[in-house]
Amino acid sequence: MNLNLTLIGQAIAFAVFVWFCMKYVWPPVMQALQERQKKIADGLDAASRATRDLELAQEQANETLRESKEQAAEILEQAHKRSNQMIEEARENARLEGERMITAARSEIEQEINRAKEELRSQVSRLAVEGAERILESSIDEAKHRELVDKLAAEL
Amino acid sequence: MAAGNNLTPTAYIQHHLQNLTFGYHPDHGWAMAHSAEEAAEMGFWAIHLDTMAWSIGLGVLFLWLFRKAAKAATTGVPHGLQNFVEMMVEFVDNSVKETFHGKSRLIAPLSLTIFCWIFLMNLMDLVPVDLLPMLAQKIGVMFGADPAHVYFKVVPTTDVNATLGMSLSVFALIIIYSIRHKGLSGFIGELTLHPFSSSNKLFQVILIPINFILEVVTLLAKPVSLALRLFGNMYAGELIFILIAMIGLWQLPLHFSWAVFHILIVTLQAFIFMMLTIVYLSMATEEH
Repeated sequence: MNLNLTLIGQAIAFAVFVWFCMKYVWPPVMQALQERQKKIADGLDAASRATRDLELAQEQANETLRESKEQAAEILEQAHKRSNQMIEEARENARLEGERMITAARSEIEQEINRAKEELRSQVSRLAVEGAERILESSIDEAKHRELVDKLAAEL
Repeated sequence: MAAGNNLTPTAYIQHHLQNLTFGYHPDHGWAMAHSAEEAAEMGFWAIHLDTMAWSIGLGVLFLWLFRKAAKAATTGVPHGLQNFVEMMVEFVDNSVKETFHGKSRLIAPLSLTIFCWIFLMNLMDLVPVDLLPMLAQKIGVMFGADPAHVYFKVVPTTDVNATLGMSLSVFALIIIYSIRHKGLSGFIGELTLHPFSSSNKLFQVILIPINFILEVVTLLAKPVSLALRLFGNMYAGELIFILIAMIGLWQLPLHFSWAVFHILIVTLQAFIFMMLTIVYLSMATEEH
């Protein structure tokens, strides 16, 4: 319990320890702590940025997917429309072709009929003339009666 | 009872509470003290070798451990020792930041040193009271000393010199900080113009000595209470350990329970010393 030199010795030792701690212990530990803090903060920052990037990319991917789907649907629709159109066109063409062929056949038939009529007419006129000649037994001046016979033939 | 079974309980306790003293005796000159009376006669010019050796040894241990961790400190994942050291540093740093609002490069390392050093010195209390003194006695006998005269006190904080040495250093810091932050006139003003003040000049002059006495007592109470609180707690704890050590076989459970309780006191006293140092220094830097 005596107060003595120990007191001063203790004070000196204390001062030396504090000085050493301040100089060589505290700063490196504190620096390491602060650097680690910064590193962790940076890491967290990077992580949140990456998450945001990922979200953005996902959104973009979704957008692209949606667009391409739309495009595909459009293309499909167009193809449908085009095929319908082509079918329609083909049908129209066929119809027109058929009509044309019918018309052509009809006119041919008409011609055939006319020719047959013509032939018939000339034969009839000849027969009529022959008949009349036979009936009359007299010669009929062909030239003289041509007009008459022709008129007859035209009436047939 | 390491000091010999022929000792009375009083002698045993006194033997345990006597420091190993080297000093200037009026009759014998510079020598080891052979008894408590001789040590007392040496007066101020004596030094407690056991206190000094243990406190410096433990301080060096603390600094060596922390320096080792500090040198190897990396910013990666901390392991083992570094983890522990960082935990301590952060704990002290937080305590300082909560209480001390000024800027000082000294105060945080100071607090760390106080806490760890006092903690280690207090911790010596948990070493069985007879173990190290017995060892010291054996070594002393090898050097030809009388075993009854080999005193050895292991816990430095049970020596009032150790606690006062620290608290007076803190006291010096309080005064330095006060003068640096408030100026010499500010410091004197703080000592003389509070707590009583008057707008009447004459009345104020009368109040100055009263204020001065009050404030000086307040100021001086800081280092004294700081030192005596720690000393008293550890001294009492040590005394109880010694008393427990005298009761024979039944000391074991008692010793264990008191040691467990003492772990709390050891930590708490180190923490209190540190916190009060921070509080006193922050009071010294801040205006009222």
